[in-house]
Amino acid sequence: MALHRRNGTPFGKGNHDLRQNGSVAYTNGHHKSNGTVLTDETAHPKASKVGKKDFSESFEEVELLTALVTYMSYIILALVGYCRDILMRLGIDKDKAAQESPKLKAFTPLYQDFDSFFTRHMYRKVRDNWNVPIAGLPGAESDLLERYSDDNFWSFKLTGTTRKVINIGSYNYLGFAENHGPRSDAVVASTQYYGNGVCSSRQELGTLALTVELEKLVAEFLGQEDAITFGMGFATNSLNIPSIMGRGCLIVSDRLNHASLVLGVRLSGATVKVFEHNNMESLEKLLKMAIAEGQPRTHRPWKKILIIVEGIYSMEGSIVKLPEVIAIKKKYKCYLYLDEAHSIGALGPTGRGVVEYFGLDYRDVDVMMGTFTKSFGGSGGYIAGSKELVDYIRVNSHSATYASSTSAPVVEQVLSTLKTIMGRDGTTVGQDRVEALKRNTQYFRRRLREMGFVVYGNDDSPVVPVLMYLPAKMTCFARECRKRGLAVVIVGFPATPIIEGRARICLSAAHTRQMLDEALKIMDEVGEELGVKYSRHPLPPLTDKSKME
Amino acid sequence: MADAIMKFGVEPWNFAELVEAFKQAPLYHLAFEVILVVFIIRLIFSKSYSIESTVKLTEAEREQLVQEWEPEPLVPPVDPNHPALHYKVITKQGNNKLVVDGKEGINVGTFNFLGMLGRKETEDAAIQTMRKYGVGTCGPRGFFGTMDVHLNFEEKMAKHMGVEEAILYSYGFSTIASAIPAYAKKGDLVFCDEGVSFAIQMGLLASRSKLKFFKHNNMADLERLLQEQAVEDKKNPKKAKVMRKFIVVEGLYVNHGTIVDVEKLIELKYKYKVRVFMDESMSFFVLGKTGRGVTEHAGVDITDIDLISVSMEAALGTMGGFCLGTRYVVDHQRLSGLGYCFSASLPPMLASAASMAVDITQKETDIFQKLRSNNEFIHVQLSGLPGYRLDGDPISPIKHLRLEETSGDWQKDQAFLEKIVVRALDEGVVLTVARYLEEEEAFLPPPSIRIAVNVTLTEDQLTKITSVIRILAAAVLREKSEGE
Repeated sequence: MALHRRNGTPFGKGNHDLRQNGSVAYTNGHHKSNGTVLTDETAHPKASKVGKKDFSESFEEVELLTALVTYMSYIILALVGYCRDILMRLGIDKDKAAQESPKLKAFTPLYQDFDSFFTRHMYRKVRDNWNVPIAGLPGAESDLLERYSDDNFWSFKLTGTTRKVINIGSYNYLGFAENHGPRSDAVVASTQYYGNGVCSSRQELGTLALTVELEKLVAEFLGQEDAITFGMGFATNSLNIPSIMGRGCLIVSDRLNHASLVLGVRLSGATVKVFEHNNMESLEKLLKMAIAEGQPRTHRPWKKILIIVEGIYSMEGSIVKLPEVIAIKKKYKCYLYLDEAHSIGALGPTGRGVVEYFGLDYRDVDVMMGTFTKSFGGSGGYIAGSKELVDYIRVNSHSATYASSTSAPVVEQVLSTLKTIMGRDGTTVGQDRVEALKRNTQYFRRRLREMGFVVYGNDDSPVVPVLMYLPAKMTCFARECRKRGLAVVIVGFPATPIIEGRARICLSAAHTRQMLDEALKIMDEVGEELGVKYSRHPLPPLTDKSKME
Repeated sequence: MADAIMKFGVEPWNFAELVEAFKQAPLYHLAFEVILVVFIIRLIFSKSYSIESTVKLTEAEREQLVQEWEPEPLVPPVDPNHPALHYKVITKQGNNKLVVDGKEGINVGTFNFLGMLGRKETEDAAIQTMRKYGVGTCGPRGFFGTMDVHLNFEEKMAKHMGVEEAILYSYGFSTIASAIPAYAKKGDLVFCDEGVSFAIQMGLLASRSKLKFFKHNNMADLERLLQEQAVEDKKNPKKAKVMRKFIVVEGLYVNHGTIVDVEKLIELKYKYKVRVFMDESMSFFVLGKTGRGVTEHAGVDITDIDLISVSMEAALGTMGGFCLGTRYVVDHQRLSGLGYCFSASLPPMLASAASMAVDITQKETDIFQKLRSNNEFIHVQLSGLPGYRLDGDPISPIKHLRLEETSGDWQKDQAFLEKIVVRALDEGVVLTVARYLEEEEAFLPPPSIRIAVNVTLTEDQLTKITSVIRILAAAVLREKSEGE
């Protein structure tokens, strides 16, 4: 029995995304998957022309036994929780969570029972693995502030000491989280010239000359006519989708799209339909039905349809099958919104993102969105596209009208980083880092698979999820790694499906081969000890010898 | 009948009695029951009706429909003359000066109330932090995006304001817009002032709660709504027991310059058992003897407000925002505040700048008194201009200069006020009209020139500002009447 991924519940309906079970590999656009034959080959007329040669993604299915044990462990956790609740009610056990002020006892309770149950009995037990404070740069190596808890993680206290660790948790893809060097000096100069804030919105008195310069360069970098920038990446999605889409429109969204996209869609008031993650048959089938049926109840034709996808999915490490998405988008006359939060800078021969990675035409993507938080070491986001689109957003964006513009130091950080990536600073630093990231990604992913870990996602994705399944193993993995000098992010339910607890690694150009080897050694040791090397799949042979050099 | 029910309820089932009752029942009653039973059986076995099943299309028909469908363009064309496309470019900004499109002027357009933006101390603090932590945090708070700077800032603000807990966001707009839907959900009820800012409106929209708007700053109207609801609750106590109720207000309304009656609000809160959320983005570091906001100003206990949100993009002169309240309330956002969980954390250098701004006000204790006297000066000078109306509290640094009589065309009025703004810049005074998305606002305020007073303005500058506005306002009005 195979457990299907991504159906909301693991045993849910809709088994049409068979291709996600087992590994997916396609060469020159021809799909191979475990015994699944694609029924609708005509759906991808152009895919065979633009398909990338070495596009290879894998999502190894979970063993039945592991899945059952994982479910069991959640059931046991819940049962223990209920028992403790009973003990608390009897006054034997003590609930050390903050309590409602006695003045408000007569008010309707602020939270639902399940919320606090989850926090009290599940999240609390593993809290030490998140929000770990650091005392310095989120660079290739970081100083973790050590914490302890004398009340079973109800609260933490800092010990006052730090521990130097290799950081494979931060989104520092190109290593531009820096505090010295030419870019940092530029940030200092801009802070002294403009100050720390703006205190006004873009439409009023918040457009700095520096911001205008950045917008022009972003547009050029992405091969688009114009671009507009915002102060927060999350808000770029959640506050701009509503200005583009509205009632009578349809948004077709990948199941695993980020919370900011989901919020933007919700605020827009448009109808939303969700397709299976990166599953082109699901997308096409959905579009065909939606256009034929029209709007719900009235059956009027849709005003317009927007497909929303991400470049790299931050929890899966998968890369969007952009050539096929564009072919479908053209066939069904839809528009395409591409969120490049994780892929800008991190993919493509010169860091221009997923469009460049596939060698496609930038203008085929209608709305190019991305953030400056990750590869650029700054904060904020952008939207690039045709002049009509960007003009429309300038006039109608919630963010441009009401929210404060980005501070000068942040703009400067992004601007000088972008110049470096484009080689405008007269060095090859940017290009070198893009290449270093690619090398690190391929090396690290390959080595992990050799060790026998179940590694999700695309071979070229610097986001590397390593499956742990069991909540206990997952948390233990993070703790043991930290103890041995490796900072790694773990993600479990509810951010992932209940059985798919995982460690998530983000590689960086700043990691040296030595650091990576050290990190691999630690993961190998801990993985062996915990028995989380779940892979049963033989490794495919290396297609390109140079990758491993 | 009632007796029979009582009887059956108490005694064991008696078949003989049932047969007896059946015999005695009138014929029409039996006929009616038979019809009911037949109807129920039909209902069970009939095909379920759904809209989808009535439209069965063949594959070819679908293809046809797909081919015929023509979408609208992605975005409609915009007016090429819209001011947002001809934005003013700032090439220099200091504490009370601004260079706009190459022209320098005294700044009464941006929310830099305390002149913190442009002070060397805050810049130095930011740079010092940057030299250790860099600019961006490369991750959300959960994933190694928490720096000790963030923790210290949260602790400092909580302590400074006398609350248990503070939570730091990376964007002012997203602070309140994320905080509201963390608590208010579908099925809850929010009483909201008509004059609230757009960020609050977005938070309310995201919450999917039921909304009831009361007249701007009208506590009597709020009480009327609360009373209505109390009557409703009595009718349906089951629903009332699980429905959370909130009042959402601003301390100082950015769109009106008015101050909320917080004393009355707290009275209503306990009387009707409704939680109060207050956005203090404009009143924090403005109102009160030591700048602790509208609760200090009114002399009420800050802990009586359930949640306070503050944007750091006004008086603190940097970026980001934070929420204040009890640990029980605020900590919930650490797992449920969307803008907190899913966004990269605030660049630590900006938190340091804000922290330094707080320190400065601790040393320069007269800063709030001075701001207040500037506000009052401008209020007196600009009140009673013929043809205009000045909205806002005398002690508020935000004032809205509006037309006394509207032409009925919102955009025309806005364009009229814009003329004053353009000419004022030539005279060395930087003003701005308040910009709104006219279609999106729940209650669009009338157009206005929004004046934001700054503490660093000297007496000469204040006099200059008011005289320039007075002269231009009169001149533009005169030209209009001559033109007609």
